[in-house]
Amino acid sequence: MNKIIKYVVTDILRNKIVLAYTAFLLAISLSVFNLEDNASKGLLSLLNIILFIVPLVCIIFSTIYIYNSAEFIELLVSQPLQRKKIWISLFSGLATSLLVAFLAGAGIPILIYAPNATGLTMVAMGCLLSIIFVSVAMLAAVTTRDKAKGIGVSVLLWLYFSLLFDGLVLFVLFQFQEYPMEKAMLVLSGFNPIDLGRILILLKMDVSALMGYTGAVFKDVFGTTSGFALALLVMVLWVVFPAWLSVRKFSKKDL
Amino acid sequence: MKRTLHIALCLLIACQHSQAAVFRVGKNQPYQTIRQAIASAGRGDTVLVAQGLYLEKNISITKPLCLMGENYPILDGENRFEIISVRSDEVTIRGFRLEHCGVSSLQDIAAIKIYGCHRVLILSNILKADFFGIYVQSGVRCRIENNQLKASGRSEQQSGNGIHCWKCDSMEIINNRISGHRDGIYFEFVTNSVIWRNISSRNIRYGLHFMFSHNDAYISNIFQNNGAGVSVMFTHGVKMFNNFFEDNWGDGSFGLLLKEISDSYVIGNKFTGNTSGIFMEGSSRIEVSSNEFRANGWAIKIQASCLDNVISHNNFLSNTFDIGTNGSLVLNTFNGNYWDRYEGYDLNRDRIGDVPYHPVSLFSMVVEKNPPAMILFRSLMTSLLDKTEKLMPSLTPENLKDDSPYMKPFKL
Amino acid sequence: MIIANSVSKKFGRLKALRDVSVTCNRGECIALIGPNGSGKTTLIKSMLGMVVPDSGFITFNGKNILHDWAYREFIGYMPQIGRYPENMTIGQVLSMMKDIRKKNSSRALDEELVHAFGLPALMDKRMRTLSGGTTQKVSACLAFLFDPDVLILDEPTAGLDPVSSLLLKEKITREKQRGKLVLITSHILSDLDDLITQVIYMQDGSLLFHKSLEHLRRDTGEEKLSGAIASVMMKK
Repeated sequence: MNKIIKYVVTDILRNKIVLAYTAFLLAISLSVFNLEDNASKGLLSLLNIILFIVPLVCIIFSTIYIYNSAEFIELLVSQPLQRKKIWISLFSGLATSLLVAFLAGAGIPILIYAPNATGLTMVAMGCLLSIIFVSVAMLAAVTTRDKAKGIGVSVLLWLYFSLLFDGLVLFVLFQFQEYPMEKAMLVLSGFNPIDLGRILILLKMDVSALMGYTGAVFKDVFGTTSGFALALLVMVLWVVFPAWLSVRKFSKKDL
Repeated sequence: MKRTLHIALCLLIACQHSQAAVFRVGKNQPYQTIRQAIASAGRGDTVLVAQGLYLEKNISITKPLCLMGENYPILDGENRFEIISVRSDEVTIRGFRLEHCGVSSLQDIAAIKIYGCHRVLILSNILKADFFGIYVQSGVRCRIENNQLKASGRSEQQSGNGIHCWKCDSMEIINNRISGHRDGIYFEFVTNSVIWRNISSRNIRYGLHFMFSHNDAYISNIFQNNGAGVSVMFTHGVKMFNNFFEDNWGDGSFGLLLKEISDSYVIGNKFTGNTSGIFMEGSSRIEVSSNEFRANGWAIKIQASCLDNVISHNNFLSNTFDIGTNGSLVLNTFNGNYWDRYEGYDLNRDRIGDVPYHPVSLFSMVVEKNPPAMILFRSLMTSLLDKTEKLMPSLTPENLKDDSPYMKPFKL
Repeated sequence: MIIANSVSKKFGRLKALRDVSVTCNRGECIALIGPNGSGKTTLIKSMLGMVVPDSGFITFNGKNILHDWAYREFIGYMPQIGRYPENMTIGQVLSMMKDIRKKNSSRALDEELVHAFGLPALMDKRMRTLSGGTTQKVSACLAFLFDPDVLILDEPTAGLDPVSSLLLKEKITREKQRGKLVLITSHILSDLDDLITQVIYMQDGSLLFHKSLEHLRRDTGEEKLSGAIASVMMKK
């Protein structure tokens, strides 16, 4: 299994898109930290990159990679290898290489320029989101046979997680304005890994504003160690669940 | 001639000496209890108390005296008594450690209480009162200086204020450290007084609570991490200069709450890390200038009930929201501030941006209407909303703007 | 060696395999023939476990292959279109496959084809730069590399130049003689004449017949395989 991971990683790390992605992240983070007068402003600009660009690249690239590797996967399947292991290796390979790309492009600059709790949380969330969206991509790719359709599904999923979901949340909030919605919001946020990651970063970044009104509830839940651990657990579930589902589907899939 | 002068001088010194006698209290001293010593002492005498633990129930001072402790003798109120009651003008209390005064829900029991006296000095004491610390009722020209007041601060009901002044005039509250009380410093009907260089932190409710107290000044104090920050209400003519308001977090918590305040000045203060830096309600004719607002949730929340306030020459740095408001009516002036979010340009190089800055974002209006929406802050959707609002304003007050925003922060 | 027992498979509404039963034995060289979309590739893929039959089962050396994967150690498979990680060189692909299969096999590597095709000179070329023919060569090498008992070759000669095609055919003949089972699908029937011993003819997912080449020649009176098949198709 490790061998396949090794080969997938070496293959992807030489991929031009991944190289471009790394370079892009690096360029953005360096320019952001050098142009802004303070590191916290730089972090703020990077927040959007981490919350939107990273998931987008991860989900699209992984989906395309899976489709492009269809024949390679066939070749592997015809070898004396367990399907489960092939798929998990692919997942691990994709996740590892995109993680490396993220860490090299954004993680290290952040840790150099802003080595504080906010920076650390941001890097951690970036890593988690990378893996989560690889996992979601694996599920999308294994579910749809057609490449164009699969990529379409991926784009839609990304759009849903980064934009539509929040729109729905806002809609719900205004529909039920008269009711105490804080707890419901917490539960809802668990259904969107991007939201969850964003809130965990906000708790470090905009602590003062979050403290008002609703903040108390958030802080009570996510601010404590156990709450933070719970949020991380939910994010790990976001990695494990789609990946597990995709493994199950792949094991039964006709190639 | 020289000799007569010398004699006269000696006589004078001797006279003074006889006038102000020293009464020593302590284990191996003439007096075993402070009460005995005070009873024996005359007007203007000094009662000098040696180190030790004194359980004296209530010590009432009814004549001008100087009550001094050596190496902080402990006066213990056994959780039942008001430790020192001052009922005379010109009393000095210095160098004691006061612990465990009584706690009552009916009376305001304090470690030191001053009953309608003039020129009382409370200097350099350590109070672990766990209820009211220093309570001044109708005092005039009293000075409370260099005291440390620390309470364990359980609930609002079970703890009293640190320095409590009621119906006083010309008070000086200087260089005290107060923590763990209900309100650090409490002023009600106190006029022409000054609060200077105090540190009030981790109090349960307000660091400074200030009502109906006109023409006072508070200068160079630090208010840190209090339950609800500092509250200044129903007052005119307050000068607030060079204070620090830091880390006052929570629902309904402010760096500085200004409620029904008029003709006052907020100048040169630093507001850092508060949920709201300043919350203004029903205030008018206040000058807010040369302050620094850094890393607050809202730098200033200004309700539509405020009018004729001038906010100018302040630095707004990395606040989550710069200005929050609850209506579209704007009767206040924002002028010549530095906003770190300003994205305009300065073509004529006069260091003033050429396009106005709108400090209220759409999302801050949304959050004002629907607080739980805060959970969506900094999401792609809210950023898009804010960008659209910038292009075509519809919900944010159009005339809440700074027409001459500075390009560079002020050096404060 | 490989026995398919009334295997059926549907893709959506399309019935790719209808109740197919075949028995393939050691030392046979079987041609899988049929028009496009007749289910040849599906049958091969079922044998490789890449397609899971809806009903029926397949055994390999008497063991059901469902949920098994270790049996593939004894199979060398050459796909119709081989595609490999674009950024890897031929050398890396070969060593990767060796890496993956090494621990399972105690047999010596069979690198005869690698040398015959002259691949050692191309070892540093990246897969994306290769022509279709060269890629086919790599696929062929991989199929034979581990000296498997069973060879499954899907359109092996398509895209190969005549010389390489000949080399491959010689190799197949040698392996057959060593007692291996060889399954070949090909459209180029003339290629198969000298190779095969048996013919499986499929149409619309059904097995039409499974005969020895001799038998087929006798039945149709045609000497050449292409002629024999043509006459079968005409008859239909």
